[in-house]
Amino acid sequence: MATVLNVAGLSKIYELGTQRVVGLDRVDLTIERGEFVAVMGPSGSGKSTFMHIAGLLDQPTAGRYDFEGDDVSSLSPDERADIRSRRLGFVFQSYNLLPRTTALENVELPMIYAGVPQEQRRKAAREMMEIVGVAQLAEHHPNQMSGGQQQRVAIARSLVNDPGLLLADEPTGALDTKTSEDVMRIFARLNQERGITILLVTHEPDIAAFAKRVVTFRDGRVVSDRSQERAA
Amino acid sequence: MSTLATLRLALDALLRNRSRSMLTMLGIIIGVAAVIVTVAIGAGARISVEQQINALGSNLLVIQPGSVTQSGARSGFGGASTLTPADGLAIAKLPGVAAVSPNVTVRAQAVAAGNNWQTTISGVAPTYTFVRTWPLQSGTFFTESDVQSANKVAVLGQTVVANLFPDGSSPLGKTILVKGVPFTVIGTLSSLGQSGMGQDQDDTILVPYTSAMERLTGLSTVNSLMASAKDAQSVAPVQSEIESLLDQRHRITAPNPPDFQVRNLQDVAQAASSTGNVLELLLAGVAAVSLIVGGIGIMNIMMVSVTERTREIGLRMSLGARGKTILRQFLSESILLSTAGGIIGVVGGTLATLAIALLAKWPMVVPASSVLSAVFFSAMVGIFFGYYPARKAANLNPIEALRFE
Repeated sequence: MATVLNVAGLSKIYELGTQRVVGLDRVDLTIERGEFVAVMGPSGSGKSTFMHIAGLLDQPTAGRYDFEGDDVSSLSPDERADIRSRRLGFVFQSYNLLPRTTALENVELPMIYAGVPQEQRRKAAREMMEIVGVAQLAEHHPNQMSGGQQQRVAIARSLVNDPGLLLADEPTGALDTKTSEDVMRIFARLNQERGITILLVTHEPDIAAFAKRVVTFRDGRVVSDRSQERAA
Repeated sequence: MSTLATLRLALDALLRNRSRSMLTMLGIIIGVAAVIVTVAIGAGARISVEQQINALGSNLLVIQPGSVTQSGARSGFGGASTLTPADGLAIAKLPGVAAVSPNVTVRAQAVAAGNNWQTTISGVAPTYTFVRTWPLQSGTFFTESDVQSANKVAVLGQTVVANLFPDGSSPLGKTILVKGVPFTVIGTLSSLGQSGMGQDQDDTILVPYTSAMERLTGLSTVNSLMASAKDAQSVAPVQSEIESLLDQRHRITAPNPPDFQVRNLQDVAQAASSTGNVLELLLAGVAAVSLIVGGIGIMNIMMVSVTERTREIGLRMSLGARGKTILRQFLSESILLSTAGGIIGVVGGTLATLAIALLAKWPMVVPASSVLSAVFFSAMVGIFFGYYPARKAANLNPIEALRFE
């Protein structure tokens, strides 16, 4: 199996005035293609920092990060933006759909930055919306949708560029239990049926239960890493 | 990302906020419309001045007698009686001269069938209308043979027509009395209106200069000679040729001052056009200020917009937008706003100009150059005032931008 993510001795230290805050402390971790990994831990444990570095939104202070076999730990901001646009997908807690913009246009957005022509964008966006079950909402604006619907649209958006790694940051944090389960089932299905590699950050064990592997952070270090049977 | 795709993104973002986009453009719209209207007023004023000067004949040279000194009092130009019709004939033979007309003026009462009117009677040559580029309205002008035989014929200005023939009947063929001398009306002049000085140019009667000299003044000299140069370029050389010719004819030698003066109307035209230049400079200044104010308005809104859309910017970055792409999007937004504002301002300003021209009967011209430069400068304003907010957006840290509440 191909390795999607491999970090070695990954550290992140924030300098806040004279204070040094350790975000990540020599983390070693490998994620293979097709894995569904939940990252857990209390706030301040470093799980969000890890997520940002994994998603190439931030750079490590020390250590090495190989993404899909290439060292990406010291790329320029533009090079990181290009990888984000072509190889990474993001799902956020607060959906982050553009207001006053149709669901379809929202889903198309990453492809605009990747330079995909309009016809192809339309087609891929509709296809992805079909897969996550929101095809009927194509012309709706975010304020006409429920939270669950918005998050499904956001998932469709994260998938249109066929990313090598899907990063989900507390994707159910703003949803009720029932809707959370629906959304998690979509992630599980995408992982199962389409082999999408997923890195999910959550602090809820119920949510982490949908993953096949749970990595727990504490004080910037990985304190536990175990595989599990997926919940129903 | 292609420029077209960036413009599309910017346009979408602006259309999502229609009312705010409109309000942002308002500053530029008003600024540009004001520019268009003021420039149109300035250009209209310039054109009307130019028209008046052309009607006078911009190639025109006026030769007046010099001054005389009587009992120590100097009379001023025109006081001396030194110019004769023979001087005029000599000037007419100069190569650069198109036409010459003596001018004999008398102020007198004109009487016609129960109406009378005091006016200026000018004794001129048939070349006069050509000299003054002043067309006839009806009838004919007198001819060289009328001049030679000092015929009692007259051509009336429109003010005289209106006052001597108030019933609207045609004056052609009628007889008018000037100083008791009967003159037959053979033509009328088209209306010239007021001169730049506020004089009624139509309040005049033209007669052959020989008739005026023999029958009205009884003098052998003329008040002035009017000569027209063949074209605007030859005005200056013709002027000096006339001066040396008259020096010769009047036997003027240094250090005696000449007993005549030659003036050309191009000086007047130049003075008028330099006044126009000052006016235009002033208007351009006002225009620049209004565009800058409009630009600052755009910058304000773009700053607010960048802050308000911080999360959107963070999102776009996480989806793979480069900093440069974000910069270009926001810059495009402000350029689109300012250019669209400029175009709307041009349309609005042109409509306002038409309305003013219709209502105030003021000649107004919207020069293409002012339209182009207004649109161009409003686009420049967009770039200049949009750059700072756009750069601010591009330099945002994506993580912090995504967390922004």
